[in-house]
Amino acid sequence: MNVLLLHARVRVEEKLLHAELTRRGHGTTMLAVDDLVLSLPPRDGDLDVRPFDVVFDRCLSHSKAQAALALLEGRGARCVNRAEVARVCGDKIATNVALVNADVPVPAATCAFSREAGVTAIERLGYPAVLKPPVGSWGRLLAKLNDRDATEAVLEHKETLGGPHHGIVYAQQYVEKDGRDIRAFVVDDDVICAIERRSPHWITNTARGARASGLTVGPALERISRAAARAVGGGIVAVDVFEAADGALLVGEVNATMEFRNSIETTGVDIPARIVDALERAAGADEVGAPARAREVGHA
Amino acid sequence: MTQQTALTVPCPECAADVAFAEAPMESEIVPCGDCGADLEVRGTSPITLETAPEVEEDWGE
Repeated sequence: MNVLLLHARVRVEEKLLHAELTRRGHGTTMLAVDDLVLSLPPRDGDLDVRPFDVVFDRCLSHSKAQAALALLEGRGARCVNRAEVARVCGDKIATNVALVNADVPVPAATCAFSREAGVTAIERLGYPAVLKPPVGSWGRLLAKLNDRDATEAVLEHKETLGGPHHGIVYAQQYVEKDGRDIRAFVVDDDVICAIERRSPHWITNTARGARASGLTVGPALERISRAAARAVGGGIVAVDVFEAADGALLVGEVNATMEFRNSIETTGVDIPARIVDALERAAGADEVGAPARAREVGHA
Repeated sequence: MTQQTALTVPCPECAADVAFAEAPMESEIVPCGDCGADLEVRGTSPITLETAPEVEEDWGE
C-alpha cells in the first residue's frame, strides 16, 4: 500500500502513524499541505495522485483540508477521511445538523446571524450557554455565558473584532458534567476505546490542561458514539460526549483528525495500529476488488 | 533560516543550540530550550529551522 500522508505539522501523532506504516512495509509519502499544488483542470507539475492507494488527511487547518480533499477526490483519490466527513466535522453547525438529522442526542443549541438576534436566541436557549466558534478546536474561543450582560458583551466583541465567520452565533446549552467529559475513538464503525477528561475548569479539553484517563466503553457509550460517527459519514473520528447529571449521554462534537498521543497508554489500545488497519481496509476497498489505486481523472 | 550539518542547530530566534537526539522529520515542531520558541524543521539534510507559524483560528482536530 502507498499512502500519501497530508499534514501541516508533524506532531507526535504523525510520527507514530508514519512509524506504524513503515513497520508494516507500506510506502509513505509525507506532504505538507502548504506544498500542495492542484490545478483545474489538472496540469503537468501538479501532484500525481495515481501512485497512492490512500490519501490520509492529518491537516491542522480545516479550511485547507476541506479544499485539498475536495480537489484530491475530484481526481479520484481515495481520501481518509472523506472530504464530506472533514467538511461536516470541521464545522460545528454542520456536525450538529448531521447529528440531529440522525436522532443522535445533543445538547440544545441555537444559531443566529446578527448580534441582536444572537442575544434573543441565547436568552431563549437559557443560561448558562456556551458560545462556540463554528470552526475551531482545542477549546479555543469558547465562552460560557451566565447572563444577558455577558452575552451582550461577548457578541459585541465578536461583531467588532471578528471576521465574517464570527457573524454567525452558535451556542450550546451548558451541560453540567461534573468536571469531566468523554472522548470515544471510532474507527470504521468500531468504538475502539475511550477516555475521560477531567478538569477543574469547565473546559475539559486536554489541550487546555484536562487530565485523561482510560474509560471502559459500556453499551450506551458504544451506541451513541457509533451513531455519531455514522451521522457524520463514518471513517476515523473521535466523538466528544457529555454525561449529564441525569446520566443522559449527549454528543458535543465529532473530530475528524483526532489527536491520540495521551490516549494510547491510558486505554491500552494501539490507536495508530488501528488507524493503519483502517487505511489498509480503505486501500483494499475498491468496489470491483481490483488492486486499490487512485482513479485519476484527466491528469495530464 | 538557519543551517548546520550536525544534529545541533542554532535557534533562529535566540541562537542557542537546539539539539536533536535523532534525525528529525520535515515539518516537525521542536521547542528551543532557551527562549521557548516553537521551531519548525524545514529541511533535514542539512537540518534547517524556522520559527513555526502561529496557530491559526481554523486549526484543530
